[in-house]
Amino acid sequence: MNVELRNIHKHFGNVYANKGINLNVPSGTIQGILGENGAGKSTLMKILSGFIQADPGGEIILDGTPTVIQSPADAIHVGIGMLHQDPLDFPPMRVLDNFLLGQSGGLFPNRNAVAQDFKRLAGQFDFSLDPDNYVDALTVGERQQLEIIRLLWLGARVLILDEPTTGISASQKAKLFDTLKKLAGQGMTIIFVSHKLEDVENLCHRVAVLRAGELVGETQTPYVTANLVEMMFGKEITLGERQPAKAGEIVLALKDVSLEDVRLRIKNVNLEVRSGEVIGLAGMEGSGQDLFIRSCAGLVRPVGGRILLKGRDLTGKSYHPFKREGVNFLPAARLEEGLVPGLTLTDHFILAEEPRGLFIDHAAGQKLADERIKSFNIRGAPLTPVESLSGGNQQRAELALLQSPLSLVLLEHPTRGLDIESVIYIWGKLKERCGQGASIIFISSDLEEILQYSDRVLVFFNGEVSDPMDASKTSVEQLGQLIGGKGWAGKGEADV
Amino acid sequence: MFKKQLISLLYQIGALLLAFGVVSLILLSVGASPWDAYRNMFTGSFGSMRKFAEVLVAFVPLLLVTAGLLATFSSGLWNIGVEGQVVLGAIATTWVYRFFLDSGLPPALIITLAILGGMVGGAIWAALAGVLKVFGGVNEIFGGLGLNFVATALTIYLIFGPWKRPGVASMSGTVPFPDEFSLPQLAALRISPWALGISLVGIVVIYFLLQGTYFGLRLKAVGKNFRAAYLLGIPTWQYSMYSFLVCGALAGAAGAMQVAAVYHRLIPSISSGYGYLGLMVAMLINYRAVWAVPVALFFAGLNIGSIQLPILMKLDSSLSGVLQGVLVLFVLLAAGVRQKFSKKA
Amino acid sequence: MTQETILIGLAGVLASAAPVIFAVLGETLSERAGVINLSMNGTILLAAMGGFAVAYNTDNILLGFLAGMLIGAIVALIVAFASITLKQSQVAVGFVLALTCRDLSYFLGNPYMGVPGPRLQAIPIPVLADIPVLGVLFFRHDLITYVSFIAIFLAWAWIFRTRPGLMLQGIGEKPAAAYIRGANVNLMRYVYTVVGGALIGLAGPAYSLAIRAGWMGTISGLDGVGWIALSITIFGGWNPLRGAFGAYLFAFLQWLGLVLQPVLTQVPSQVLQVAPFPLMILTLLLVNIGDAEWVERALAAMPESARKLLSKLLRALRASPPAALGVPFERD
Repeated sequence: MNVELRNIHKHFGNVYANKGINLNVPSGTIQGILGENGAGKSTLMKILSGFIQADPGGEIILDGTPTVIQSPADAIHVGIGMLHQDPLDFPPMRVLDNFLLGQSGGLFPNRNAVAQDFKRLAGQFDFSLDPDNYVDALTVGERQQLEIIRLLWLGARVLILDEPTTGISASQKAKLFDTLKKLAGQGMTIIFVSHKLEDVENLCHRVAVLRAGELVGETQTPYVTANLVEMMFGKEITLGERQPAKAGEIVLALKDVSLEDVRLRIKNVNLEVRSGEVIGLAGMEGSGQDLFIRSCAGLVRPVGGRILLKGRDLTGKSYHPFKREGVNFLPAARLEEGLVPGLTLTDHFILAEEPRGLFIDHAAGQKLADERIKSFNIRGAPLTPVESLSGGNQQRAELALLQSPLSLVLLEHPTRGLDIESVIYIWGKLKERCGQGASIIFISSDLEEILQYSDRVLVFFNGEVSDPMDASKTSVEQLGQLIGGKGWAGKGEADV
Repeated sequence: MFKKQLISLLYQIGALLLAFGVVSLILLSVGASPWDAYRNMFTGSFGSMRKFAEVLVAFVPLLLVTAGLLATFSSGLWNIGVEGQVVLGAIATTWVYRFFLDSGLPPALIITLAILGGMVGGAIWAALAGVLKVFGGVNEIFGGLGLNFVATALTIYLIFGPWKRPGVASMSGTVPFPDEFSLPQLAALRISPWALGISLVGIVVIYFLLQGTYFGLRLKAVGKNFRAAYLLGIPTWQYSMYSFLVCGALAGAAGAMQVAAVYHRLIPSISSGYGYLGLMVAMLINYRAVWAVPVALFFAGLNIGSIQLPILMKLDSSLSGVLQGVLVLFVLLAAGVRQKFSKKA
Repeated sequence: MTQETILIGLAGVLASAAPVIFAVLGETLSERAGVINLSMNGTILLAAMGGFAVAYNTDNILLGFLAGMLIGAIVALIVAFASITLKQSQVAVGFVLALTCRDLSYFLGNPYMGVPGPRLQAIPIPVLADIPVLGVLFFRHDLITYVSFIAIFLAWAWIFRTRPGLMLQGIGEKPAAAYIRGANVNLMRYVYTVVGGALIGLAGPAYSLAIRAGWMGTISGLDGVGWIALSITIFGGWNPLRGAFGAYLFAFLQWLGLVLQPVLTQVPSQVLQVAPFPLMILTLLLVNIGDAEWVERALAAMPESARKLLSKLLRALRASPPAALGVPFERD
């Protein structure tokens, strides 16, 4: 199906997410939409898939016919299906229920017939999905596969994928790309949204680049990388040299630590982290890295082994004793776990300090807030409620709340969803703390981020933990294999 | 800023008019004159000094309960158990009286001990709901409700069992204490200035506690995001418990006032529903302490004013509850409508 | 006690659970869609009074039941409007309605206090009623009790077996995902809240026209039933079968209390009367305690075998609510 977007605008409040976008995607094409976080890619795709509506004046033209798409149901009705970045499925329900949910038909669905369709489609693309399994037991890659065959089953002829390569293994990515090429070969229109140059270059026939809500350029294979980068950022971006740690004394020592939750168990991990060092944790979501990082903060109690912080045994202690020793944990969900919506920046800075007396000295609080806002370059006023800050500024606020002195910072996805400038700024600040002697352990599903900023890397797969690897001697490809369970010496080969 | 306040005020007035409109319709539907009903309620509450004193008698526990609830609402807790906490306050006060009545200690000391005892009793009952919530994951609404029913049953058990009047037990309660053991009242009026003073001190303390102290800010953080507050280093479950204890102590003080200043004994319905009514007041004032006094006074007035309705108009006195409920409902709805419009604009 | 009286007693348990079952089923539907209807306690009272008044004035029992359902639906509509359209706190609105409807039932019900009125009669089902044991237990009830039996299975089949029922699960779990699958989330939430409210309303006349016929105002003993039904909904893990089991268990324990009262003379009757409430707290404790952080930590410190056994036990008891319960849905 030919997809044509004409003059698409979308504003939220007084911010334009899309500004006058025109784009033409012929049938059978894999069209890349490239741009950094916040460039307006997701908004554009949500408009095309009916999740939100464009401002009046724009048009969507399908095979030459102007079409009004009011809802995702409309979109799938005309043959447009979208895979959202966070899979929009129902984790506590079974795969087959997820598959048939949304299909129209009689009161009682014919499960046998649906199950057969499901198996046929899964077989066609060589997806090994068990229809009776629960979705929360699947990896992100598998959930994508489920969503792809579901949309095809419902008759999608245009498939939109929003950042589909984040958090999946190398072989899942290879399979995804094969599938998409096959579908394009059959005449499907594929729209592939990503901020990863390499993926776009490897897969897409053509690329459109978005920056700050505007379409700034279109190009076709063969690509000139420097050209794409320039279009994406409008200027040259350098991540800077890797800064290897000047490792000092041992800050954190794990001795035969074993962890357990409902889904998996991690056995006998040994690790020593030295001051100034950065450890990256790689793995597909739910492979054990989240359990691991929380145990390093005392948020999860190990079922075996010992945790020592600067030589002091903190095994079995909760987060606050860890915090008193200078351990800070920054969760992935900033507004859900990290900051307190409804309170202002000043309130946060006051809360992070030790109380002095009974009554709050508001003037001092204000002064403190002014200082921090300035030194962390936060776009916001002391009395701004944190929920109205942008994601990047929320993360800056979190960094401004880190205590001093600091011995260990634990971060989950520190830069997820942030634009490149914020990413660079935040890592700059973090490395500053490393220079002052703090160590960092962080989780990221962005393998490039892990290799760029870590000194050593631990890979997690299904509760297995690799030996620490030197980040400077590891490639993205290697990591991609490992997080999918391939190349584990002595540990059974598997790929999910 | 001024315009915003004006709009807010207009919405409140609109809600008030609508509430009276709806209740008028209800009155018309049972063949009663709304005008007569409202007039009777007004004269029954503010018509004379004696009646106004009665209103103040109801105002005292209501204000104390409301003050306590502002603490639990701050920490994000729906302390429905406040009703039972009032009851336990009354039971504990009665217990202290019974224990010291023949001790020969000066009455002033016994009264003080009895009131403090009531506060402890309320706090203990609140702590039960708190422990269930904090350590057992039992939602405070259900834990609190269950404890309310248990508290009422406990009162009846005590009145008809261990604390029954010599001879025959009855719904009229336990044996009244001699007059010198109750809080002194104003001449010829049932209101005790001491009780009034205690309730006003309660709300003022809560106001400053929530407004300007580290304690209040931390409580708010815990209420708005428990998880983040914990990661910021606030001892979260302790603060949840503190807010239960503060609320329980104030509710217990309300129960103590009911015994020490009003009934001079334990009666079956000692809490008079002031716990639940306090929740309504707190919702109506949108959890802002400054408005607690006028609104609690208004609600107390409605309660007292409706007492005469069965005699004067053959109407059930639950009319006051209907009016209060409809009013809170419309204020909540008006707040929603306002948010919806201001978002669109 | 003879076998016969025990059987009749148990049959009475099944009948007296009927109103609670309607309330639990109604609340389950509503909460499955993501809306907590906390007004239940007041709704049941108002529907009991209203249903009785209508049946009394029209001398038509069916109209009485319909009136009860209508009242429940209207109250639920207010909850839905306030929480879905106006995005106000469901707990606040529900609680206010719980109190207001209760007071309104006392106010409007004043003229009907203690008035004798119509009552639903038992309809033994021919042939089936004569089966030994089962006949007494299941087939000599009034219509509303039969309806309660059927309603349990209908609600269960609807949620877990039909296409719209699957979508209902989806709406309560992740509204955005249901939305991209074609659901009109907010409309469906309205529908299920109102239908659930009608079922809750049915509980009222099921008391006032059948099990405890008549209207007795504050001493009718109905104040509190709604709160119990709310906690049974949680105990039931939002599953009609488990919820019905909870309702029967509750009715059975109440009956047991009555039967044992003459035996346990040293236990004051007030204690037995409030026994359901500590029981309610206890069941909620069992259902929820597995999620408490200190329990997790304590488990981690235990030796492996004990840890496995206990965590299995806690997980079996546990009931997780629909993930989007109480959360308004907005597209972006």
